Amino acid sequence: MEFQFQFDWQAAFNAIPYLAKGIPYTLMISFGGLAIGFVLGILFGLLSINKNWFLRWPAITYIEIFRGTPILVQVLFIFYGLPDLVGRPIDPLTAGIAAIALNSGAYISEVVRGGVQSIDKGQSEAGLSLGLSRSQTFWSITWPQAFRRMIPPLGNQGIVSIKDTSLFSVIGVGELVRQGQVYIANTFTAFEVYFVVALMYLAITLTLSLLLRLLERRGVASI
Amino acid sequence: MTQIVKMKGMNKYFGKLHVLKNIDLTVEQGEVVVIIGASGSGKSTLIRCVNGLEEYESGTLEVDSHRLAPKAGNQKTLADIRKEVGMVFQQFNLFPHLTVKKNIMLAPMKVKNASQVVAKATAERLLDRVGIGNQADKYPSQLSGGQQQRVAIARALAMEPRLMLFDEPTSALDPEMIGEVLDVMRELAKEGMTMMVVTHEMGFAREVADRVIYIHEGQIVEEGNPADVFDNPQNERTQAFLSRVLAH
Repeated sequence: MEFQFQFDWQAAFNAIPYLAKGIPYTLMISFGGLAIGFVLGILFGLLSINKNWFLRWPAITYIEIFRGTPILVQVLFIFYGLPDLVGRPIDPLTAGIAAIALNSGAYISEVVRGGVQSIDKGQSEAGLSLGLSRSQTFWSITWPQAFRRMIPPLGNQGIVSIKDTSLFSVIGVGELVRQGQVYIANTFTAFEVYFVVALMYLAITLTLSLLLRLLERRGVASI
Repeated sequence: MTQIVKMKGMNKYFGKLHVLKNIDLTVEQGEVVVIIGASGSGKSTLIRCVNGLEEYESGTLEVDSHRLAPKAGNQKTLADIRKEVGMVFQQFNLFPHLTVKKNIMLAPMKVKNASQVVAKATAERLLDRVGIGNQADKYPSQLSGGQQQRVAIARALAMEPRLMLFDEPTSALDPEMIGEVLDVMRELAKEGMTMMVVTHEMGFAREVADRVIYIHEGQIVEEGNPADVFDNPQNERTQAFLSRVLAH
């Protein structure tokens, strides 16, 4: 028997409108989650290098837990496990955003810590010696420099989180992969559909990469 | 005469290492005190204690009548002292993300609530004074080492300090740039600025200092006017040190 596979362009094109319905969900979960994750990352990243042990320890615990367990387990726990605790169901979109937020927040904490610690101690000494308070020194001298160094790893985390949302098909959010699975169930055109799904992820991540490169160049230019 | 710095029986440890031993030192207003000594002798630590970048463990320290207690000290006192004490570092420590002008404007605006207009005028005047008025809008990395250190001096002067601390201000410079920084310091001294200078520039010390202090292993072992210390050192440690550094 001769095996012949022919890429069905028509099937691929036909799938686009249905698959595209998943894009808003993918974007909402990834960017909604990343926005919260960024806030969590700054908060816990800074706490994790605080001199006070009572502030530092809870932050490090959070970071280690969410960095050290799979995001798939985290989202399953939030979606299926947490409702038992809070006594009401959690909708899949909320569960997805929460998972990305908590997970990326842990990684971004480490990015923040690394960024801040990479700034030479002489910088804050110069600020303090000029009479600036600790917080003035941090926010007007250390942080702007640290943030610039954080842009590449932050972009990296953004791309990772966007791709992580593909796992959330398991809790039934209508994101890209879920849309693909449903479409394939009716058409059996797995190759074409996953090919288009992959291209759609690539379009999102490449756009983000490009924007970050522009941001980075602007940042570097002024140093 | 007003005493700007008064140290009495000051001791400082890094862990078990006793880095400053029973330091008694006063600096009068308008005086230029140059501190010399080998690497690791504690001379940098000594001046870093004056503005609280280092804590000390026992003794007393008064800076311009603010009494800074041992250990962490009082944050308010620390802030008061730092407003009146400028510091210039070996590695310049300019803020790379700000232009030269903004480096100088930052502290007056944040600490003294100076308006942008006033802070800008001050910055331009000071940059002219240190001879680089035409570099105001550049970033520190675009300047030579000597120019960067002159910006750092201008930045400290913008707070109108009563005392300037110099922590090996020329040690990170190429030899041909040392002179331009020393010139600015010489001018400052002439204008009556109170200065504590840690340096290896013995020529500068001899010429500009009112008093030279030699520190050995955390102790002041010799103190006097430059001519006495350099030409007729009493302590054998000082003699040995000077014969090493003046030999070349």
